[in-house]
Amino acid sequence: MLFTKDKPLEEILESLGAESNIFLLACNGCAEVCETGGEKGLSTMKAAMEKAGKKVTGTDSVDFLCNKVLVATRLNREMDKIEQADSILVLTCGIGVQVVSKVVNKVVHPSANTISVGGLQGLWASDERCEACGDCALDYTGGICPITFCAKSLLNGACGGTHDGKCEVDSEKDCGWQLIYERLEKIGRLENLKKFHKARDHSKMFPSKDLRETSFYDIEK
Amino acid sequence: MKLTERFKEGKFVITCEVGPPKGIEVEKLIDELEPLRSKIDAFNVTDLQSSVLRAGSMATCRLLKDKDYEPIMQLTCRDRNRLGLQSDVLSAAVLGIENLLCLTGDHPQLGDHPDAMPVFDLDSVQLLSAVKGLMNGKDMAGNDLEGAPPQFAIGATVNPGADPLEPQIIKMEKKIAAGAEFFQTQAVYEVDKFANFCEKVKHLKVPVMAGIVLLKSPGMAKFMNANVAGVHVPDAIIDELAGAGKEGRVEKSIEISARLIKELKGSCRGIHIMALGWERHVPAILEMAGL
Repeated sequence: MLFTKDKPLEEILESLGAESNIFLLACNGCAEVCETGGEKGLSTMKAAMEKAGKKVTGTDSVDFLCNKVLVATRLNREMDKIEQADSILVLTCGIGVQVVSKVVNKVVHPSANTISVGGLQGLWASDERCEACGDCALDYTGGICPITFCAKSLLNGACGGTHDGKCEVDSEKDCGWQLIYERLEKIGRLENLKKFHKARDHSKMFPSKDLRETSFYDIEK
Repeated sequence: MKLTERFKEGKFVITCEVGPPKGIEVEKLIDELEPLRSKIDAFNVTDLQSSVLRAGSMATCRLLKDKDYEPIMQLTCRDRNRLGLQSDVLSAAVLGIENLLCLTGDHPQLGDHPDAMPVFDLDSVQLLSAVKGLMNGKDMAGNDLEGAPPQFAIGATVNPGADPLEPQIIKMEKKIAAGAEFFQTQAVYEVDKFANFCEKVKHLKVPVMAGIVLLKSPGMAKFMNANVAGVHVPDAIIDELAGAGKEGRVEKSIEISARLIKELKGSCRGIHIMALGWERHVPAILEMAGL
């Protein structure tokens, strides 16, 4: 199972910034079990958003947000409500956020940090990879993960080795930061590139002692 | 002396890159710099350039200082985590090194140890910020340093030929906000493109030094066009070099570099020469360029 943990509400609100119309999308898979997603996650987040003065244009949940085909088909039904929203707040793991970003042309924000990718997800992710860094930055990078897409996992933009949009380690591989740039341009968020990301807290990759002792993290406990 | 002092004096600053050997005979390298002594303000010492194992930048910088040359220590994020990097920054100050150039660094896969673990615990912007923190007496964890903090002139790199240019300039702005005080660029062969870049970063008011890479052969120029990000040697220059034949190649290369420097001089605050083993020809280039 993928283990996710809610981001602090202040962090989510900072990332939403001036966006006032939000569509909430939750996963009923692993995130439902972790209570970051599912119906419980949705109702808690809806209340928190409304309390913060945001308008929730709609909510939906999908069994496995890591299943691109399922997500694309399902979201078609909600497209009008999604269109009314400035962005989508996605209540799931890093893979689910990347999937949503890929199938809908909208700004996405993760509501949770992914702590562990242990065990099986709902379905095999293709291009979407999550290293469970525990400090999801997908909201600033247009739903494309700089940790897994950039060969150096850089957080503040491309290195000097990007060449014709390709990576210096493999001319067949896209430069992650080139993809991020193109995506941010497409969704009108190039200013996101200006944010300074401080050095990663690598301790966030490791589950806390409390978590390790639960059956959420280890089913045999 | 800090490089920033030279800029304050209003001097057109000239730096030259030197790469430590793959071995321990650094003295030989330093002896060969004698003809450049009066011409060059400071020497960049590379940090395992192209991810190829060599002697270190810090030791070479110190030996340069001992011979009254001004070194700029290049520091990349490829091989050390934040503990190693911060410690090396402190050690550099202990050895009297006053100039640092902070870079991301090439990926190990490009070098002679492709199986090495790429570290990149920090990126170039975070490294600049960490150095600035140490200069203010604090390490990255927020702990106080004992005694006087280190003081450096901190430099960074930018690629004026990057396409798209916009994210390059945004990253340059982030580097300045993090503490960069001067910039050295990737090799420049297109004067108009460079002037356009300078116009776009005029508001940043930070000295930019144009990069000059000596062209050793038409093949090298073609290789750079195919493989080096944001570098384009125009066909006219390649033809010019090819036309000179093997015998006239060195003369022609000197002439091309000198001409580029003359043309670039008006739009930058200095030049950074990467001679790649042709250091002996640098005095002739500078003379021909009127420097």
